[in-house]
Amino acid sequence: MSDMLVVSQLTKRYGTLQALDGVDLVVKQNSFHGLIGPNGSGKSTFLKAIAGAHFPTSGTIRFNDTDITDASPYERARMGLSLKFQITAVLNELSVFDNVLLAVQAPNSLWSLLLSKTRSRFKDQVMHSLERFQLAERADELAGVLSHGEQQWLEIAMALALRPKLLLLDEPTAGMSPEERRITGDLLRPIKRECSILIVEHDLDFIREISDEITLLDQGKVLDTGTVEEIQRSSKAQQAYTTRV
Amino acid sequence: MFKPSGSFSLWRKSRPILPIIEITVLVFSLVAPWALSSTPELITLGTNVLILSLLAISFDLCWGYSGIMSFGQALFFGVAGYVVALIGRDLGFSYGWGALPLAMAVGGLLAFMFAAFLLLGRRAPTVIFVSLGTLTGAYAAERLVSGWQYVGAGNGMSSVKLLQFGDIEMVEGIGFYNLALLLLLAAYILSRLIVRSQFGLVLAGMRQNEERLAFFGYRIQVFKALIFSFAGMLSGLAGALFAFHQGFIGPGNMGPGLSTTAVLYALFGGSGTLIGPVIGVFLIETISYFLADQDAIKQYWPVILGSLLLGVVAFRPTGILGLVVTARERIGSFGRRQ
Repeated sequence: MSDMLVVSQLTKRYGTLQALDGVDLVVKQNSFHGLIGPNGSGKSTFLKAIAGAHFPTSGTIRFNDTDITDASPYERARMGLSLKFQITAVLNELSVFDNVLLAVQAPNSLWSLLLSKTRSRFKDQVMHSLERFQLAERADELAGVLSHGEQQWLEIAMALALRPKLLLLDEPTAGMSPEERRITGDLLRPIKRECSILIVEHDLDFIREISDEITLLDQGKVLDTGTVEEIQRSSKAQQAYTTRV
Repeated sequence: MFKPSGSFSLWRKSRPILPIIEITVLVFSLVAPWALSSTPELITLGTNVLILSLLAISFDLCWGYSGIMSFGQALFFGVAGYVVALIGRDLGFSYGWGALPLAMAVGGLLAFMFAAFLLLGRRAPTVIFVSLGTLTGAYAAERLVSGWQYVGAGNGMSSVKLLQFGDIEMVEGIGFYNLALLLLLAAYILSRLIVRSQFGLVLAGMRQNEERLAFFGYRIQVFKALIFSFAGMLSGLAGALFAFHQGFIGPGNMGPGLSTTAVLYALFGGSGTLIGPVIGVFLIETISYFLADQDAIKQYWPVILGSLLLGVVAFRPTGILGLVVTARERIGSFGRRQ
């Protein structure tokens, strides 16, 4: 498998706080890469730097052999990076259908959007996305009335509707019940055929089940990287979680 | 037992209110000139309401639909008014087929120049930055023309050449009223098509969470610049009609005062609805007109208007229409219908 995302010596500093300190990470094509670490280890900061929510202090980010370190979120999204936010960012005042339509129609030209050329053509695609995440029945309801778990699924459906090459998931099961977590895992597994995933998650059981490779962050630094089995045996991982959870 | 609130909420859920209001306003506007034909001053008032409605809609497109707090709509209005007054005076040209599109082009181009500076940066600008930028522009323009003799300085430009279509000169009256109504209707329908299109869905999303849309791959600054420029075109059209109708354009027609009044029209009537600002203009201008003869109240009217704006912002941000139109209907549905 070739390398899709190559991050080298990524550093992010907020004043005196060193949030990321020389992070190296590689995500291969069609693989699920888990990012774990104790609270405050820099996982979400790292994911946001990849998505372009903020720019790193130093280091480089290459995506499909293109340097995207200084690219805007808009440019990164157009290249095939898609982010699911940690705190759900569904558009509460729009219907569930319209939330996904917004994602699906994003590559359209301004002219096409003005003339609403693709509104009817995208209907099946949007409904397919919603069916996949068990939200088809609620297509006409406002996104704001969905339960927390359903909003998380809607976020993932929106992020996937962009047909990304790399999907960045920031704590997709946060606040979910055990049953919802299980369903989320079932929903995510088939995605491997479509794109790679870089996933930040606190639930270690969930991330063990779904990931091919795992990187362990602590205090902004990479402590260890390897397969699930290697990380499970890693003394560094055990130490990090027993001393700072 | 009869439960009025339950029945009412069900009724409100199933029946859209906005089209009923729109049709009522249209019928009222069509009937008004015939009903008021014996009172020319009320026809003039009605024409003013229609022209200022264009200005109010232009602000509504910016704020109500796109989250751009513009205090510059009067600038585009005033500059376009001055331009048609100048070409009438210096070139003797006031034909509608040329003057009105020119006014729209001037308003749109000027708005685009402001957008290029205020909106088209690498990062999305804040509401404060845009509102202060447009306010400063309107203020500076007002001061500039106040001291510029070529355009009449503080006295403005009076005796603006009459608007012409062929050999017909448009004077105050039913003819001008119908022209203003026709142009307002065209602008309204076009605006409605835009805000209900897939482009409008982007505006609706942008208004709620700009950052989210950037991560979808939308260049939200471009969307903002486009709608701002279109709104500038409508303001320009309104400014030209105003100058031709009043036969006058002055510094006060392009400054923060009129810009703030446009904000008041939209917020009072109900921003984000298009028809709300029209109702806001009608109510405020009609009340102003009748209070103008009441010496006891006239001098306090600006204070009352200011208090009204504060009251609306504090207690009824959805304006008068918010009393009868639900947020769901106001925002609308862009894909499937229930």
